[in-house]
Order: sequence, then structure tokens, then C-alpha cells
Amino acid sequence: MVKKDYSDVISKIDMIALKIYNDFLKTEVPSIDLPTRTKANIRFDEKLNVWKYGNNTTQRNAKSLDGAYMLLRTMYMADFIKEMIRVNKSSTLREMYYISEGWDLAKFHSQQESNLLAEDLEVITKCMREDFKLRPEEDGARVIGNLTIEEVTRNNTKKKIHCQDDVGDAGYSIPYNVEPEKITFKSVDADFAIAIETGGMFDRLVENGFDTTHRAILVHLKGQPARSTRRFIKRLNTELNIPIVVFTDCDPWSYRIFASIAYGAIKTAHISEYLATPSSQFLGVTPSDIENYDLPTDNLTKEDINALKSELTDPRFQDSFWKGEIKLQLKIGKKSEQQALAKYGLDYVTDTYLPEKLTEMGILKK
Amino acid sequence: MATVTALELAKKQKEISVAEFFERNKHILGFGNQTRALVTSVKEGVDNSLDACEEANILPDIYVEIQNGEDSECKLIIEDNGPGVVKKQIPHIFGRLLYGSRFHAIRQSRGQQGIGISAVVLYGQLTTGKHARIISKIKPDRPAIMNEIAIDTNKNRAEVLNEDTIHWDKPTGTRIEVSILGDFKRGKRFVYDYLQSTSIVNPHAQIIYREPDGTEHVFERICETLPRKPSEIKPHPYGVELGTLIKMAKHTKARQLNSFLKTEFSSMGDRTTNAVIEKAGLEKNLNPKTMTRDQFLALHKAFKKVKIMAPSTDCLSPIGETLIKRSLKHETQEISPEFIVTASRPASVYSGNPFQVEVGLVYGGKLPKDEPVKLLRFANRVPLLYQQGGCVITSAISSIDWRRYGLNQPSGKGIPTGPAIFLAHVSSTLIPFTSESKEAIADVPEIENEIKLAFRECARKVQQHIHKKVRRAKTREKFDLITRILPEIAKKSAHMLNKPVPVLDPIITKIMDVVWIEDAVEYEEVPRPMVQTTLTGETESMEKKGGTITKSRILVVNYKQTPQKFNLYALIPEDAIVGTVTPKPSKVTDRFIKWNLDTIPSASKVDVYFELAGLEKGDFDENELYVENINPAYVIGADKWEGD
Ligand SMILES: Nc1ncnc2c1ncn2[C@@H]1O[C@H](COP(=O)(O)OP(=O)(O)OP(=O)(O)O)[C@@H](O)[C@H]1O
Ligand SMILES: [Mg+2]
Repeated sequence: MVKKDYSDVISKIDMIALKIYNDFLKTEVPSIDLPTRTKANIRFDEKLNVWKYGNNTTQRNAKSLDGAYMLLRTMYMADFIKEMIRVNKSSTLREMYYISEGWDLAKFHSQQESNLLAEDLEVITKCMREDFKLRPEEDGARVIGNLTIEEVTRNNTKKKIHCQDDVGDAGYSIPYNVEPEKITFKSVDADFAIAIETGGMFDRLVENGFDTTHRAILVHLKGQPARSTRRFIKRLNTELNIPIVVFTDCDPWSYRIFASIAYGAIKTAHISEYLATPSSQFLGVTPSDIENYDLPTDNLTKEDINALKSELTDPRFQDSFWKGEIKLQLKIGKKSEQQALAKYGLDYVTDTYLPEKLTEMGILKK
Repeated sequence: MATVTALELAKKQKEISVAEFFERNKHILGFGNQTRALVTSVKEGVDNSLDACEEANILPDIYVEIQNGEDSECKLIIEDNGPGVVKKQIPHIFGRLLYGSRFHAIRQSRGQQGIGISAVVLYGQLTTGKHARIISKIKPDRPAIMNEIAIDTNKNRAEVLNEDTIHWDKPTGTRIEVSILGDFKRGKRFVYDYLQSTSIVNPHAQIIYREPDGTEHVFERICETLPRKPSEIKPHPYGVELGTLIKMAKHTKARQLNSFLKTEFSSMGDRTTNAVIEKAGLEKNLNPKTMTRDQFLALHKAFKKVKIMAPSTDCLSPIGETLIKRSLKHETQEISPEFIVTASRPASVYSGNPFQVEVGLVYGGKLPKDEPVKLLRFANRVPLLYQQGGCVITSAISSIDWRRYGLNQPSGKGIPTGPAIFLAHVSSTLIPFTSESKEAIADVPEIENEIKLAFRECARKVQQHIHKKVRRAKTREKFDLITRILPEIAKKSAHMLNKPVPVLDPIITKIMDVVWIEDAVEYEEVPRPMVQTTLTGETESMEKKGGTITKSRILVVNYKQTPQKFNLYALIPEDAIVGTVTPKPSKVTDRFIKWNLDTIPSASKVDVYFELAGLEKGDFDENELYVENINPAYVIGADKWEGD
């Protein structure tokens, strides 16, 4: 394994401590500035082609009790990360949450709090969670396709895995760390990758042999995709030149899944360039598909409608495709699911729907 | 048509018997129904006992017992350790309506009409046919007299049916036993309320109350000194009516108008007397006994035209803020209220009658939040239980907008809702009751105004208290921040960088940016020294006052970035005696202690300390602090000094 050099990470973490320390010396109220992490503060980065945080900053300072607690926790977490680097261990976010129980005044009240702070730390230091030796407890998603991966296993041996021949029907499981020191792509023979929201649809495509019939790499997203899944897709796209299409349900929450793959998520906009695949395309199911394919539907709920409206003001959905589709959906007041395509039989999705849509998108040649 | 002649009419004109009079007016006298009758009877007896004890300088020990007879007959026993009643007077006092010692005296007392106790005896006789039994002892070395009394309702005279001398353990005292028709089941609560309320405004009395089922309630004495004895005063010209004026002139020993005015009225000095006589267009050597009605009328009118000094107020005996607070505290122990505030107005006058208003307010604790506040109304230390709606105390409270002071009050009028008890005490030489049953005070504008002023003052204290609490809680957070979290942040950052921990003071003052004042009150019990006559005749005067020293510690911390210099005031109860004070105060009055504090450098503190004697534990439990010569917005824990 490539032994990673952490000195840069350590010095970035120390910068935080130094900033606070110097504030004390200069009789300034200790504070840390970080980009505001809201929808209102993401800007499109022309150079990187992804959405990043804008210039608005939020200050955490010790003037208020809450602010002071935040700073104290930040210091504790920073110190904890340094310690992990020193002893060459890593921990899950959940483990860190439990470890923080022993941090006395700095302890967290919920894991949500500690997760958010870990993200804040990334944002402040411009490091990645992986640099901090922190990993999510949930594993990444599954992959099936004509792709060979070399993974460094825990016993430090390299192992080649072919994502059709060496795996069962469940596919290759994406590890939390997908950086080059952990996995490398050895060979590929596929025309595109299709990222699928639901397990049911992933399994349908596997069962129907869509990966072989259409030279596709199937990636299961498992709902809102984990960072490692998004990073994996990004590497497929940039390193292997594989076009990415995203196939989800037809509702506002699914569009956010697409946005996080294509443009970057609001929560992780600081690392959009690592995670987002700007060239990925949305395949469906679109509100137009509901009409064109006459799909079974449900009515939009109040929450759905609000989410759609909020997307109309989300800078990531400002192109004409999305504006048109979202407005159409608000007009018809309906939503649908990927698996609604089964209305026309189990093979309809692989034999008709996907080929039609992929041809339309120019991925499949006529 | 036959005309009725005067002669015929004369046949019908005869003395109305007291029995008939009573029968017609029993509702006015408070005997309207059996519940009221019971409460009124207890009240008349206990009021008299308290009056008698105070007059004789005796700390009252009162015993009340109610026994249940057949049907709704109750036997009522009221016993006191007062001076007793001389044998000759017993029949008159207990068996004759409109006979008493207070009617003609201008001085604060509970009784004022001479109806009270004889009405109870009469009511008992009329409803049960039984006679009252009176026992009285006027000297420790003499036996007690026992009288059984009936009232001859035609003559309004008492008949003594049975007379005896008996042995009674008490040195002196009076015991009355009357059987009456009364509804104990319904009246039970009111009797209790009356006695409890009585005990609140009479902290110097002990009352033991035994209910028919044997339950005994003890309302303890919480103050060992009798209220100051109100002195008798002469009528004030503003309050005297024309008829009274004529009557007084007839009976005076003075032979000239000017000496008549000077000797028979209060507040009439030479100058005022001359001014009145001149305004009336009369001669000063006029013989008052030979004056005409017109001359009296002119004199009466002249009174109103001349500015006459208010009567002296030592005829009043208010309870005092300290005692009101102590009583309320004692009686509301189980509620554990958040705080108790009191206010007392200077004495004032309505139509020549001196009066004074004191109020108290209990707030928070277990008191219900969504019910109208409870009103405790008192007149001359007597609880007013009925006719709340028709009482000036109620209307005064209702006219204040309590919403500004944190209580609910739909439309800003009426009795507010919230976790509070309001107490109001009006003392006067003549309480203007709305009726003979003495249950509501008439709406005299002067009295209403004083009640309002007193409650406003209380409300302001409440507001101040709440305000202080909120600000403190906010700053308390900052305290947490600077004392606990900031040092941790500093330590952690230093540790991560392997550097020395930075100095925190400057940043602490920057974040706090206030002067913080905190106080604590403690009590120390000091043994009461033996009363010992020494050869030199020296006695330690201060310690003899009371067994408790109240110690107040005030901590002033300058959390501002610049040095601060200002004056601090601590309010003290009027009846407290100031002991040790540090640092040296610049002024001590009976209301406050003032310090001109030395400059306090940034991040430094000053300890202020004072001791008070003459108070019981808990009388003074929270400092009221004020500051001067500093922007009060910089200060937590004290308000702006508005001047004395
Ligand atoms: N317990 C007692 N001990 C000594 N004297 C008493 C006692 N009870 C009554 N008296 C005397 O008897 C008088 C008459 O009492 P009564 O209650 O009838 O009238 P009052 O108290 O003067 O006026 P009110 O009608 O307002 O009660 C009193 O003024 C008092 O002098
Ligand atoms: Mg009386």
C-alpha cells in the first residue's frame, strides 16, 4: 500500500489551533470562519464544472455559549484526528461519536452533531474525511459489469476482482475508501455505466443480463449515494472515460440523488470536484416519461410539492431541462417509480424502455 | 272615607324591639344565612378578643372551638387572655345592642359600632332559644365571674339569669359560649380562611382552633412584640358633620369659639383657627353654646375653605412591611413561592380621617397559573371575606393594567390571572365600610388611589425581579462560558501546539463586558443574653433586640475592559439595625446604605459586606441593589439609583 503522507493534514489541523491560540494572544474573541453550507451559498465553478460553496462565510465564535461549545468540540475533534494519524488507526463516525462521550464538556449530544462537525472540519481544512481517518459506517453500493478492479485487502495483499466473473449476483461491494491507495482499475470493456436508485431495479437488470446484452456497468446507489459511491462513479468516468447515466424514480427526492452525482451535494460542496461527475446524465424516470409511457402514478404529497418548488430555486436545477420537467410534474401533480415500468412486463425495462432512452441520449447507436 | 287622625296613628307609634330590628336587618349585620352567621359570629368574637388584648398590652392567645349540636345547632366558644370585662359591664356588652367603647374613640380598632358581640348573643337566642354564657376574669388574684345572659328583646336590655364566681386558671381573660344555628359544613372553609387570614395580619397573635371533629389548627405567633398602640385623636375639621359639630359645641367646656376649635379638634393651631373664624365671618370670643344654626353652617363651610394640616397619624397602627412579608412567608411555606414583595404608603387622609395602605404580593411556586389571583383584603387587621366585588381594593386592583407586569389580564382590566396572591391592608380611624356587616370598603377616591399606588410599587418590584432574573440567566450563560469553556479551549489549543496556556483575563472582560454584582444573605443565630442587672446598670441594647444577625455579602466584579468607579446602594428594612459594614459606607440611613466604591481595575473584584440586627431569619432574604454614576446597562445585578 502506498503509505500516505499525513504531514500536510496535520499542519492544516494545527492551523485551526494556531488561529484560536493567536486570537487569545491578540485579545480577540476566538473564532473560526467557514463557508456557509446552505443552498443560498453554492456557486457554479466554471473551471471545475461543479457546484462549490460561494463566498458567504459563517463565523463560529466564543461570544455565545453555543459558539464556544462548537469551538471546544472542534478542538477536541482536531486533536483526536491528530492522535489517530499518530497511531495509524482509523475510526467510523459512529465510533468517534462514542469516543466523544469521554470528552467532558466537549461531548456531542447526537451523532448528527458530530457528523456535521466532521464535515465542518473538512470544509475548514479543505481536507477529506479520508485524510482524517474517519469513515462512514455504511458501506458503499454494489457494482456488476465487465470491469476488473485491484483492491489492497486488509492483510496488505493486492487482489484482482472481475466484477462479473469473481462476484455473485449481489455484485462487487464498493469499500468506504476508493482512493488509489486502496483500489485501482485494471481493465474495462463497457460502453457506459448506469447508476440505479433502487435495489429492486438493480436486481431486475442483473437478472435480465443487461450488463452483458448492452455492455453496461451497473451501479446500485442504495438511495442517496454514499461518498465512496459517488467517488467511485467519478473515477469510472474520469479515469476510464465511461459515460454515466442515472436511473431513478420519478420524484423530487430522486432528482436530488442525480444532482449530488452530477453537480455535488450541498452538504459536501467543499469537495464537489472529488465527488461530482458533471458529465453524467439523467435517464429517467422523468415526468415526461409518465405521460409518454403512460405509467402508473401516485399523487404528489404536500412535502413532494414543497420539495419540487424548492428545487425550482436551487441553483443546480436552473437549466431548461429541469425547469421544464419540474414544472410539468407540478402541473400533472403525479409521481411514479422505476418499477412502475413492470406494468408492461418484466422485460419491458431492459428490452424497450432503456434502449429507447439510451438511444435518445446518444449513448446507444441506432 | 274616614281620615286617619294623629291620635289613631299614635296608637301604632311604639318602640321597635331590637329583635324585630335584628330580624329585618340581619343580612346587613352579616347573619343573612346560616353559613354567614357562623363565620360572622366567630369573627365578632375574635375581633373583640384581639382588640381587648392589644388595648391591655397583652400578646393575644385566642382559642376558638366549634361543637356540633343537634340539627344545625353549633356551640361556639371563644376564649382570650385579654383584660376581661368588669362584672357590671358584662350584661351591657353582651346583652345590649349599640353598646361599646369604640364608637366615640377616634383611633384604629377592629370594633367600631358596638353591635358586634351582642348581635351574636341575640342571634343565638333567637335561633336556638339558648342563653349565652360569659366567663370573665379581670385580676389574677380574683375569681372569675360567670354570667348567663338573655336579652329582653323588648327593652334592649340584658337579663342576667345566672351568676356565679368560679375558679379559672387564666390570670385574666374572657370566654364566651353561645349556641347558634349555623351551617358548619358549608361554613367550615370560611371559618378557616378567616382565622388564617387573621393570623397573617396579626403576627403577634396565636390562635388555636378546634373543629367539631377534634381537628386542631394552630396559627402560630411569629412576632413577639405588640403592634404600636394607636393613640386616640380628636376629630379633624374636614371629617366632622354639621350635626356633630353642633353637638360638640353643646357639650364643650370651652367658653369661646377659638378655644373650642383648638381644644376639640385636631390640627387646629392658632393660625388655622383664626383663619377659619375669619372665613366664617364670626367673632373669636363667641360662646359656642349660644351659636345659631346659621353660624354653625358658616363655620362648617369655612372648614372646607381653609387649608388645614392633615391629622397626625399615630392614631394608626399599620402592620409594617417586614411583618407582612414574614407572615406571608410563614403562611405560604407549602407553596414555596418564588418571591414575596411588599409596599407601604405613607399615611393619608380622606374627609379628615387618617388612613394608610399596605400591600403585599406573593408570586410563583405552586400557585395555579391559570386562575385569577387570590385577593386577601383587610381592614384594620380584620380579614374581609365577603363582597369582594363591591370593595374598593378590588376595583383599585382591577383598574391597573397588569399585563405590563407579566400577569394575564384580558383587555387590561379586572382581576388578573396568574400564580400570585395579592394582599391589601387598609388601616384607618374610620374605615368607610359599605355596610354594617363590615365586609367591603366603599370606593373613596383617596383610598382607591393609595391602593393603586401601593400595588404599582409592588408590581414594579415584581417586574424588576423578573427582569433581573432574565438578565442574570443570560449572563449566567456567559459565566459558564468564561469560567468553564473558554479556559478549556485555551488549554486545548496550547496543548495541540505545545505552547504555554495563554492569559485569559483580557478576553474574559471583552466577552463579558459588564460589571457583575452577586449577593448572598446568611443568618447567624446569636443566643439571647440573660437579662441581668449589673451593678453599673449596663445592658447590651443591640443583642437584646433579637436572636438573629442577618449577614449580606455582595460581590462586585468588574468584567469590563476599563476600570470602573461608581456608587452602590443597598436597601435595608426600616426596622433593621445596621451593624458592621465594610468597606466604609459613605452614608447610612434607615432606608439604605451607600458606598462610594474605590476604582475597580478591570478583571478585579470588591467584596461588600453588611450586618443587620433586629430582624428575624428570612425577613431580609434578597438584596435590593442600586448603582449610581455608571451606565446601568453595564451592570448586572443592580438597577439605576433614582434618588432617595
Ligand atoms: N373579649 C373582650 N374582652 C374585653 N372587652 C371586650 C371583649 N369583647 C367586647 N369587649 C368590650 O365590649 C364592647 C362591645 O363590643 P362589640 O363587639 O359589641 O362592639 P365593638 O367591638 O365596639 O364594635 P363592632 O360592632 O364594630 O364590633 C367593646 O367595645 C369592648 O369594650
Ligand atoms: Mg366588636
